[in-house]
Amino acid sequence: MANHTATLDSDAAAVKRVPLIINDRKANWVTDNISTIVEAKTPIWWWVAFCITAPIALFGCFCIAYQISTGVGVWGENHPVGWAWDITNFVFWIGIGHAGTLISAILFLTRQKWRTSINRASEAMTLFAVVCAGIFPGIHVGRVWMVWFLAPVPWYNGIWPNFRSPLLWDVFAVSTYFTVSVLFWYTGLVPDLATLRDRAKSRVKKFFFTVFALGWRGSNRQWRHYEMAYLILAGLSTPLVLSVHSVVSFDFATSVIPGWHATIFPPYFVAGAIFGGFAMVLTILIPARLLYPQLYDVITQQHVEKMAKIILLTGSIVGYAYAMEFFVAWYGANPYEQWAFLRNRLADPYIIGPALHVQPAPYWWAYWSMITCNVIAPQLFWKKSWRRNTLIVFIVCNFVNAGMWFERFVIIVTSISRDFIPSSWHLYHPSWVEIWTFIGTFGIFLSLFLLFMRFLPMIAMSEVKIVLPEADPHHNAPDAHVGVEAHH
Amino acid sequence: MERSRKVYGLAAEFANATALYNAAEKVRDAGFRKWDVHTPFPVHGMDKAMGLGKSWLSAVVLCGGTLGLLTAVVLECYPSLFDYPVVVHGKPTTFMTVPAFMPIFFELTVLFSAFSTVFALLIMNQLPRWNHPMFNWERFAKVTDDGFFLVIEARDPKFSETKTRELLEQIGGQHVTLVHD
Repeated sequence: MANHTATLDSDAAAVKRVPLIINDRKANWVTDNISTIVEAKTPIWWWVAFCITAPIALFGCFCIAYQISTGVGVWGENHPVGWAWDITNFVFWIGIGHAGTLISAILFLTRQKWRTSINRASEAMTLFAVVCAGIFPGIHVGRVWMVWFLAPVPWYNGIWPNFRSPLLWDVFAVSTYFTVSVLFWYTGLVPDLATLRDRAKSRVKKFFFTVFALGWRGSNRQWRHYEMAYLILAGLSTPLVLSVHSVVSFDFATSVIPGWHATIFPPYFVAGAIFGGFAMVLTILIPARLLYPQLYDVITQQHVEKMAKIILLTGSIVGYAYAMEFFVAWYGANPYEQWAFLRNRLADPYIIGPALHVQPAPYWWAYWSMITCNVIAPQLFWKKSWRRNTLIVFIVCNFVNAGMWFERFVIIVTSISRDFIPSSWHLYHPSWVEIWTFIGTFGIFLSLFLLFMRFLPMIAMSEVKIVLPEADPHHNAPDAHVGVEAHH
Repeated sequence: MERSRKVYGLAAEFANATALYNAAEKVRDAGFRKWDVHTPFPVHGMDKAMGLGKSWLSAVVLCGGTLGLLTAVVLECYPSLFDYPVVVHGKPTTFMTVPAFMPIFFELTVLFSAFSTVFALLIMNQLPRWNHPMFNWERFAKVTDDGFFLVIEARDPKFSETKTRELLEQIGGQHVTLVHD
């Protein structure tokens, strides 16, 4: 019998999966090492980082205040380019906000257990990205005090908002997405806040965590409903996350502008959002792991590699979508559409333009930056040793971050700067206010993330414990009662 | 405290999820009704070991989602079709335009469902609450770390301070302790 078991064990070892949490860590290790991040004295690097990001955030807020008090004229927008960096930045940030909910919802439904190591930080990142995104449509309307017109209340002359407008759908989609993401994130946080409550030494912290842990005590009669609630929130968030960027894409797709009026937009936007979101998750978690080395056992090379694979997949889908847009422009035989794609985007001054005898497109550099960053750079991940190399992954992710910004710039500005009537053509250049508002949102995003790292558990401890081998009631030795004696 | 404190129940600690799982099966089979286990994470299969059925939280969410859908239908259709149809870009305002209302139907359905999920979770778990008798036991602080606990409440008809203690010790419970309110 003993020999037989040994053979089975060695067979099992041959096909054994790499554990999600490495170095054979126990539940107690997880609690200690994740809670310490919150409990320890604020590290010097944190203050240094915060002293850089917070002033940038404040200057961004100053730019917003300046724009609101002076008017949208302080931006470089013009006729016909009424949407430029503002909407580019909105779509950029809201796209980044897709990875968190994808990880927490879709990967939960598809039982990708590796999500537990990264879901909390990604969800937080999602919320902060949506906060940054929400700024732009709010301030670009110009008269910010009129924003309440978007709310479904009859205003002074009894007219309601136009519910048939994609812009109003967007208001509902983004605000629902933010609200549901907060609810999902907080539900996941409750058991971990209870952990911090039970470990808290100071009265202030104890009070704070007691309030926010809601009296959670890990009873199975509670876990039963909790697990159902988590499943339902994941089920609700899955179509929601797909709908948000689809609705954002409707803002463009339902218009008649060549370059916007494309049926491929919803899936193309969703793939791009997941692509850009995962790149930002890695951009944040790779340095976080350097600063807190204990995270190397939780966010392992396996996690980085899996995210790199998702980036490769979604990047290739995005590349396919770019190609398909051109195919449809050509095959659809609409001269305006063809003109927009060839002469506003593709034609560069060196190779394609001269070859086709067309003038170079004014924003050709934006288009080709987008292709380089989004389509070519992630192809490096086909090679296993490269997608397992943290430095290469980090560099590629930053290419993707830049590329996804260029994608939205290309879609928005190249399409409207030169549309049907040549007499109305106008190029667009951003003003310093626009540039600094955008940089300011990075300050806001990073400051919020630093605060999150400092005050809340950045790894979902109770969820990570579920994927430890000891969590399985059929894993531990059947004679566990003896173990009880030894344990204490 | 001056007055004699009421007994909440007898609690025991277990070594790991397996020990607690096996113990829960035995407590269930012994016929207790008012008892619970406390774990740092949901233990797979524990509902069955405790003899609990499927959570009916989903039924509440179904009601909430339906309410959200109806809200969206009324919110969009009443003003846009009946109260004050606004002609935008010369486009029609008839029933043919209902497909344009679908995205908000969907969004409000999800929004109401999510809120009903969270509120149902709080109500069904009787949370938030400031304190609980179990928190009076200092070992219980481990429950959010790596402690596995089982408690049989005094209000269970089969509860007896001596016999229940014997049962808990017999099924592998450690540090069996009388927890007071």
